[in-house]
Amino acid sequence: MNPPVTLGIPTVPPTSPRGVGNLRGEDRFPAAARRTLADTQLRRNLGKATTTIRSKRAQVVAELPDWEELREAGRQLKVHTMAHLADYLVQLESAVTARGGIVHWARDAIEANEIVIDLVRGKGMDEVVKIKSMATQEIGLNEALAEAGVAALETDLAELIVQLGHDKPSHILVPAIHRNRAEIREIFLREMADVDAGLTDEPVALAAAARQHLRRKFLSAKVAISGANFGIAETGTLGVVESEGNGRMCLTLPETLITVMGIEKLVPRWQDLEVFLQLLPRSSTGERMNPYTSMWTGVTPGDGPQEFHLILLDNGRTAVLADAEGRDALNCIRCSACLNVCPVYERTGGHAYGSVYPGPIGAILSPQLTGIEDNASLPYASSLCGACYDVCPVKINIPEILVHLRAKHTETYAAEHRLPSAEASAMAAAAWVMSDPKRWTLALRSGRLGRILGRKRDAIGDVPLPLAKQWTDARDLARPPKQTFRDWWAAEHGGDR
Amino acid sequence: MRTALFITCLADALFPEVGKATVRVLERLGQDVEFPAEQTCCGQMHVNTGYQKQALPLVKRFAEVFEPYDAIVAPSASCVGSVRHQHAMIAKRFGSPGLAGRVEAVAAKTYELSEFLVDVLGVTDVGAYFPHRVTYHPTCHSMRMLRVGDRPIKLLQAVDALELVELPAADQCCGFGGTFAIKNADTSTAMLADKMHNVLATGAEICTAGDSSCLMHIGGGLSRLRAGAKTVHLAQILAATREEPMVLGRAERQAEVHAGPEAVL
Repeated sequence: MNPPVTLGIPTVPPTSPRGVGNLRGEDRFPAAARRTLADTQLRRNLGKATTTIRSKRAQVVAELPDWEELREAGRQLKVHTMAHLADYLVQLESAVTARGGIVHWARDAIEANEIVIDLVRGKGMDEVVKIKSMATQEIGLNEALAEAGVAALETDLAELIVQLGHDKPSHILVPAIHRNRAEIREIFLREMADVDAGLTDEPVALAAAARQHLRRKFLSAKVAISGANFGIAETGTLGVVESEGNGRMCLTLPETLITVMGIEKLVPRWQDLEVFLQLLPRSSTGERMNPYTSMWTGVTPGDGPQEFHLILLDNGRTAVLADAEGRDALNCIRCSACLNVCPVYERTGGHAYGSVYPGPIGAILSPQLTGIEDNASLPYASSLCGACYDVCPVKINIPEILVHLRAKHTETYAAEHRLPSAEASAMAAAAWVMSDPKRWTLALRSGRLGRILGRKRDAIGDVPLPLAKQWTDARDLARPPKQTFRDWWAAEHGGDR
Repeated sequence: MRTALFITCLADALFPEVGKATVRVLERLGQDVEFPAEQTCCGQMHVNTGYQKQALPLVKRFAEVFEPYDAIVAPSASCVGSVRHQHAMIAKRFGSPGLAGRVEAVAAKTYELSEFLVDVLGVTDVGAYFPHRVTYHPTCHSMRMLRVGDRPIKLLQAVDALELVELPAADQCCGFGGTFAIKNADTSTAMLADKMHNVLATGAEICTAGDSSCLMHIGGGLSRLRAGAKTVHLAQILAATREEPMVLGRAERQAEVHAGPEAVL
């Protein structure tokens, strides 16, 4: 039989390509975390910031009697949208086109960056202003533009701090959460050519300095680049929610607007925003309503940008959608509530995750976008405490997907290697022992080594064995008892029962 | 009612006192507890580390062993959580047709100790006596997977002479997380340090919880620091009475304490 003709359509949806974008870190999570954990300033900054934002969120969420119903509505809207994504995307394309916008389809980061570069070059510009956007961070647009000789200026205050600090964002919503105000002052003094040398570290003074620095750019920029929080299939409307008003400036002042939107940011109807505009600000900044909500539909003659391009980005999303157990990761509305409650994130910070998507959502999204083998340590970067699932405004069962991805990793490893890993062998041995009560009883009775090790003070201290050392570096080990429970029971009750 | 004890592999191997205490409480409340010796492990370690298929024989065994009973009680929220939330998934994915239904039926009658006492037996005062200052750490799986809520608190409040003090940032994970503590030892240790700090800030002699695994973690850290405070499983507190009190000695010579489960010297 002849193989089926695929006409170049890949049978397995491609993941995000290597060598471009910011979805892969240089180190595995444990090694990267070891480095960031040692930064005591970082841990203080993060602990303070996440504690504050957690309590703000809890307060405003408690105000809504129908919060759980809202979460369920958000979840169902997202699940429905993902199940009909192809249809809604085509609907969005025709609605945007009908209102004078131009829609581009980008399979991956490389295609999306090329489209943006061509558009900017077509305008003859060497500078663009940007609204904070996760999608453009994901594809490494700023780096690609820089290579093409175009300077991209971030206009969100925190993103500007990151950019001026030659740093990487460490949080989805608050990219400079790892910096305190003294550090920000130093960055401004060092990097802002037009800054007042007497700048203090008062938040108001820092914001004013940034505002002054940016104003000139807003007024001169001809091209702006944005992401999108929502794209409404029904009307072709795009939406951005923000706090500072820099987004509003970018969306209204320049002549040309280019929006890069992940295909999962779609909602079917205008009315659906009723749900998401309640869920998002309360979950992310802990506000009842965000200060600025900007919506635009195509091009309006004489008002705002006269040329609008929408780039629909896949970059691995279709591959995520193909996995029935993992696809709910696409439902994320980027609120970052899961980061703020995560005990791992709070201590390691975002950089340890190596991807623009850190924290619990990053641990399930990044490995799926890149393919599990490129981010294999991330699904293990969680104690499965479940705090993320509790706060997720669209009820993504993050712990369950983490467990699923761990299985996907071990299965991928087994398929690609002839010999099982040491861990797989140990797990198989444990399963063999535990699946038979006789073997299990014998194994328990043979636990003599631990008793010898712990003879001195009934607790086992430092053990220089590979796996045990990870534990005994900071904790004593329980010394195995003389008699297991089952032996005690047998002695007491004479026999099995 | 035929009530079976699911001891959990960890308590069987390392913390038999927790199992004995569970039996003592249940028997005091008139339960005729049975211990089916064919039981081994719930398989959570395999599932959570990514070895789902290897968990299948354990999931199957659990259902087969405990099917005949009316209620199954375990002194662990984490293992009960695995039975309730993971067993059906493993059975559906890898098991023979029909296994998932059996697994679900057994899961529906499997209870964590505080759930069984409060919901099934309808008791909060179990007649315990424990004259110590105690703080309660709600383990993640008891709080978020099983939603045991204030059941353990109610049980502790009814214990004669027990002084219960609130644990700051109680809802934060202690950093155990099974193989997480090994794979991400540095992060786990950072979480443990904060948990110990909060435990010590209460001035409690005892930190209690419904899971031996988390207590082993917190207790192991406290023992390493020679911090004085100890960890004791909720079942052990509930088992202690005026007639048979639990004697707390030096942490290093502690029969019932999780840092060193049995005095042998």
